[in-house]
Amino acid sequence: MIRTTSLRFAYQNTKTHTFYFPDIDLSFEQNALILGNSGIGKTTLLHLIAGLLIPKKGNIFIGNTCVQELTRNQLNNFRGKQIGIIFQRTYFIKSLTLLENLKIREKLSKKTTDQQRRIRLIEQLELTEVRNKKVYELSEGQRQRLSIALGIIHKPKVILADEPTSNLDDKNCEKVISLLKKEARICKSNLVIITHDQRVKPHFDKHIIL
Amino acid sequence: MLSILLLTLSILLATFVLQINKQLNRHLEKNSKPFDMVIGAKGSPLQLVLSTILHIDNPTGNISLDEASRISKNPMIKEVIPLSFGDNYKGYKILGTSSQYLGKYGATCKEGRLNTKNFEAVFGSEAAKNLNISVGNAFVSSHGLLQNDIDVHDEKPFVVTGILAPTGTVVDHLIITNIESIWGVHEHEHKEHKEEHKEITALLLNFRNPIGALQLSRSINKDTSLQAALPKLEIDRLLKFLGIGFQTINGIALAILLVAGLSIFINLIKTVRERKHELALLRTYGATNFQLLKLVFYEALFLSLIGFILGWLLGRIGVLLFTTLASNAYKYHLEISIPDEKEFFILIIVLFTTILATILASYSLFKLNISKILADA
Repeated sequence: MIRTTSLRFAYQNTKTHTFYFPDIDLSFEQNALILGNSGIGKTTLLHLIAGLLIPKKGNIFIGNTCVQELTRNQLNNFRGKQIGIIFQRTYFIKSLTLLENLKIREKLSKKTTDQQRRIRLIEQLELTEVRNKKVYELSEGQRQRLSIALGIIHKPKVILADEPTSNLDDKNCEKVISLLKKEARICKSNLVIITHDQRVKPHFDKHIIL
Repeated sequence: MLSILLLTLSILLATFVLQINKQLNRHLEKNSKPFDMVIGAKGSPLQLVLSTILHIDNPTGNISLDEASRISKNPMIKEVIPLSFGDNYKGYKILGTSSQYLGKYGATCKEGRLNTKNFEAVFGSEAAKNLNISVGNAFVSSHGLLQNDIDVHDEKPFVVTGILAPTGTVVDHLIITNIESIWGVHEHEHKEHKEEHKEITALLLNFRNPIGALQLSRSINKDTSLQAALPKLEIDRLLKFLGIGFQTINGIALAILLVAGLSIFINLIKTVRERKHELALLRTYGATNFQLLKLVFYEALFLSLIGFILGWLLGRIGVLLFTTLASNAYKYHLEISIPDEKEFFILIIVLFTTILATILASYSLFKLNISKILADA
């Protein structure tokens, strides 16, 4: 469950321009797409929900937690446990292998590690063969899939995906969307996807247009 | 990489100088300690001490035995050890002295027995090893303190009766015989003028109390043609001269250490900057700033420790190289020793510098804008 109320944000260096965001209200396990033109603040909204940015005004509720009311350490903890982010660009710890990247993500979330889930996830994303390769040895598609795995491995309450399909062909796009939806169901989480990809739209009922 | 290099260099210099300084001090003290005073010919007191006690310089000249014995009768004097030298065997000094001399350095025979008769000699351990000498061998001395084949006293051969156990003192590099043998070698030179009195090079004295040494040295230097020098005083003076050099090198090492510290700091900031994506990513995984700081600190600590250990090892290798050189030139042997408390202190300074650098670098870590770093393509 995600709820935002009269959310506003302004970047420090451009005080003149303020983003106004529509109120969002997603019920339990409800998924949503965030659509809008470039520069309208899609990624900003995502980072606000993830607690990476502090809103100028308004509140964000995830489950029963008001993100703004958390202390620094609580926020770190909360982010680690309850938020999974799939970034537009793929980021990893370069010196580690695929498997090690997943393990460190699990470890930092401070949840109990689930080896079965890790193995199954790697299998579903067709990464089993490359699981012991260093991340820089992976292909672009494999990276994108690893990035998705990193976003959902720890069963977060909220999965936030920023253009997860931008580099994928039709077949893989289809696959990724269905996997994300399935994982969201398994984890009982809200899936929020930013996209301008026309292929994604039919898969989701709820569209939030900025 | 540069920071490791700088750190290594600074630790290398510092530990090397500390070791040389420490061992040189110990060496000088150990060798000069058995004697309160040296009496020899007029000249530089430092030269007298260097030549008669440390055996690294030429003697100031000879003194007449009569005059020397007159002074030896002074009641304040506890013991007198005469020295006479001027010959060598293959570059190793042949020292004519009394049997007490070896006792003063605690030297004992490893093989054979001590010399008792004329033209019997014992070899110091290093001299015996380097010249490949064993008990029963015979050798002839050559004139002067440097090796030469021209002026050889081949009509008067010496017999080796014993080889000494290593003492870690100058004795290891000497060939010891009695005074009469030294005179004997040179007898033919005196044949034409037999009336000439006998000469020795120096007297080593010990006193019943230290005030006696001071009083006697004053009167000898004022009233006689001899010179009295106090080894402790001269060695202290020598170390004071050397100290300036050691301090300069230590200063340079300290300056390099500062640069190394700065370089560690710059390295840390560079790490934070180069790896900001990874660090920001870890933050979204729930890692705290403190955890990231620890990560960065461990990396810096790793570099520092590598630098320190490398520098320390190279410092010891430097001492080892130096000792092979010094051993021949200065009759001086260094040891490779385990880390001492001063080096431990340097390690603490290095660790402290690392911590300081981490604290300074933490500012750039804490102000990382995660959202901006991850959103920017």
